[in-house]
Amino acid sequence: MAEREVLLHVENLVKHFPIKKGVIFQRSVGAVHAVDDVSFDIFRGETLGLVGESGCGKSTTGRTILQLHRPTSGKIIFEGENLAELKGEKLRRKRRDIQMIFQDPYASLNPRMTVGKIIAEPMEIHKTFSGAAKERRVQELLSLVGLNPAFVNRYPHEFSGGQRQRIGVARALALEPKLIVCDEPISALDVSIQAQVVNLLEDLQKELNLTYLFIAHDLSMVRHISDRIAVMYLGIIVELADRNMLYQNPIHPYSQALLSAVPFPDPFIEETRERIILEGDVPSPINPPSGCRFRTRCRYAEDICAAERPALSEVAPGHFCACHFRDRFARK
Amino acid sequence: MGDILQVKGLETQFRTRNGTIHAVNGVSFAIREGETLGIVGESGCGKTVSMMSLLGLIPTPPGKVVAGEALFEGVDLLKLNNDQMRKYRGSKISVVFQDPMTSFNPVLTIGRQTAEPFMIHNNCSKAEAYERAIKYLELVGIPNAKDRIHEYPHQFSGGMRQRVMIAMGLICEPKILIADEPTTALDVTIQAQIVELVKRLRDELGMAIIWITHDLGIIAGLADRVNVMYGGYIIETAPVKSLYANPQHPYTIGLLGSLPRMDELSYRRLTSIDGLPPTLLEKPTYCPFEPRCPHAVARCRSENPTLVNREGDEHYVACWVDPKTGKEYK
Ligand SMILES: Nc1ncnc2c1ncn2[C@@H]1O[C@H](COP(=O)(O)OP(=O)(O)OP(=O)(O)O)[C@@H](O)[C@H]1O
Ligand SMILES: Nc1ncnc2c1ncn2[C@@H]1O[C@H](COP(=O)(O)OP(=O)(O)OP(=O)(O)O)[C@@H](O)[C@H]1O
Ligand code: SF4
Ligand code: SF4
Ligand SMILES: [Mg+2]
Ligand SMILES: [Mg+2]
Repeated sequence: MAEREVLLHVENLVKHFPIKKGVIFQRSVGAVHAVDDVSFDIFRGETLGLVGESGCGKSTTGRTILQLHRPTSGKIIFEGENLAELKGEKLRRKRRDIQMIFQDPYASLNPRMTVGKIIAEPMEIHKTFSGAAKERRVQELLSLVGLNPAFVNRYPHEFSGGQRQRIGVARALALEPKLIVCDEPISALDVSIQAQVVNLLEDLQKELNLTYLFIAHDLSMVRHISDRIAVMYLGIIVELADRNMLYQNPIHPYSQALLSAVPFPDPFIEETRERIILEGDVPSPINPPSGCRFRTRCRYAEDICAAERPALSEVAPGHFCACHFRDRFARK
Repeated sequence: MGDILQVKGLETQFRTRNGTIHAVNGVSFAIREGETLGIVGESGCGKTVSMMSLLGLIPTPPGKVVAGEALFEGVDLLKLNNDQMRKYRGSKISVVFQDPMTSFNPVLTIGRQTAEPFMIHNNCSKAEAYERAIKYLELVGIPNAKDRIHEYPHQFSGGMRQRVMIAMGLICEPKILIADEPTTALDVTIQAQIVELVKRLRDELGMAIIWITHDLGIIAGLADRVNVMYGGYIIETAPVKSLYANPQHPYTIGLLGSLPRMDELSYRRLTSIDGLPPTLLEKPTYCPFEPRCPHAVARCRSENPTLVNREGDEHYVACWVDPKTGKEYK
């Protein structure tokens, strides 16, 4: 592959949500360690998938990139500028280039606004188009996402889930962003509709040279759409690799278990598949385990796993893993 | 082995302000002793309503079971009144729902709620029922069940609550366990735990299972036979391997093609099914899938196909067109 250009560089990103007690004098009594020292790059034109179980910090990572949450610490460098340090008008201008598509295609659209208004709103806020040019742009966007431009005066409730998600996509595209954070964009949709939206996202990416951070817990869909995948567990990235590398040679014990838990739509394969069944639940992010976060459920855990936190380091070109015994698990 | 439940011509409708919703439109199927039957289909296709109809759980009004019979141990469940039904529901046939939190009473202990179905159906002492509750909670893998019976639902994680629901469903050793999307709200690693658990219990206790889901992945490794539902109909039914190896209905073929597969190393564009599921506001006199079907022919618009055996043993499909040739069956 040719030299790839880093569009977004995330370095040692930390986001803690303080837990407050007391009615009048609020004091912090601890924090939810939602994201705890996460680093990765997203290359221009690629799709980076972010997977992991509920509560592992995927949405928080996405929202912190957009500065919807300000990071507790760490850098978010987008085209050479650290968004974490930008404020006011400067941040607003940069933020145009990064948009988000949300999970719930109903809750994320204002029910009292027409579709045309919803899609035009970002252009009005950022004063990119107005008047007839704006109207034209709205029509263009509607056809781009496969909706009839005649629908501009309809309201969100008049559309199906898949169509609403298309409206969300059209709005996200209104400002010609470079990066789109897709936070579970298809989880709320029916199986037969999911493929429609995924195909649309793929087509738009090619046509507009978009870059995606694609967040989901459905590993098979993430693998389908992504070039590279980062696996998160309890606020950290435990493994990051090319889509096929991760599937063919998962190294981290958690990735191995996660992959083995995904059911295949194939009874012939399922019949003979051996599963790694994890014991217990994910621990609380308020008081995460010392050392390796996965050690309480890891069948290979040793003393060092409680004492030291394993770094996310490269095992093979482009294949990163955060486990003390990565080399042992990598050899196959 | 013989059928333990035979459902014939089940029809359930809801009267709403917008008109009558034809939720279940003449569904017939049977389940054998010890068999696992998967029911798959998209949101709104009638999976839950058809099961609720069998158990007398349809809210009336607006809903009504308007036709059909459901024979279980020689009794037509659809003819039972509420009191008679209670003898079956929760004991011989039990249900595990999707969302354990809303199915629990938040102010009663886990022990009390687990023991209750057994107490009601067996007229035994509280101590006996609690002992049995502990046994079943242990069986489903709740650690320290003896102590944890004193805790409340909110003190349990989602996965643990789902295990408790399963314990409640099993405590009376039912002949049939109906599991309505019991893992949809859970993470995949927890889902895998629950599926393993259910498989083990099925082998130990020998009950039949009806497993409802929209996930064709999960059903592949679990079911013996699968009913595919669309628009209130069963449009295809087959032994699990035959269904996945030789899907016959254009909808089933479309669904399988729209799923990404982990074992595909090169990229394949997903096939998508255009259009939307039916509104159910009319009882179609035509094939319910016709508006979305790539193979539709004139007959599909004038006549609703019924299930016919067109492929190997016990593989039935409701479609006028042979998917191999794209032409109408002769
Ligand atoms: N605004 C907030 N205030 C306090 N805690 C929060 C907030 N947002 C998220 N959290 C907590 O941070 C952790 C990570 O949450 P996040 O939403 O990022 O997870 P996720 O991986 O997106 O999960 P899901 O798959 O359920 O969407 C969770 O424990 C969550 O409860
Ligand atoms: N109480 C009700 N009043 C009116 N309509 C209802 C009611 N309950 C169900 N329906 C309708 O009956 C149809 C079948 O619903 P059902 O709950 O069986 O779907 P399902 O296949 O279980 O879907 P899901 O996967 O979303 O659970 C739907 O169109 C639904 O809107
Ligand atoms: S560091 Fe230790 S506990 Fe963590 S994944 Fe590796 S072996 Fe398991
Ligand atoms: S009967 Fe006709 S419309 Fe219906 S699924 Fe078959 S080919 Fe398609
Ligand atoms: Mg999230
Ligand atoms: Mg349902």
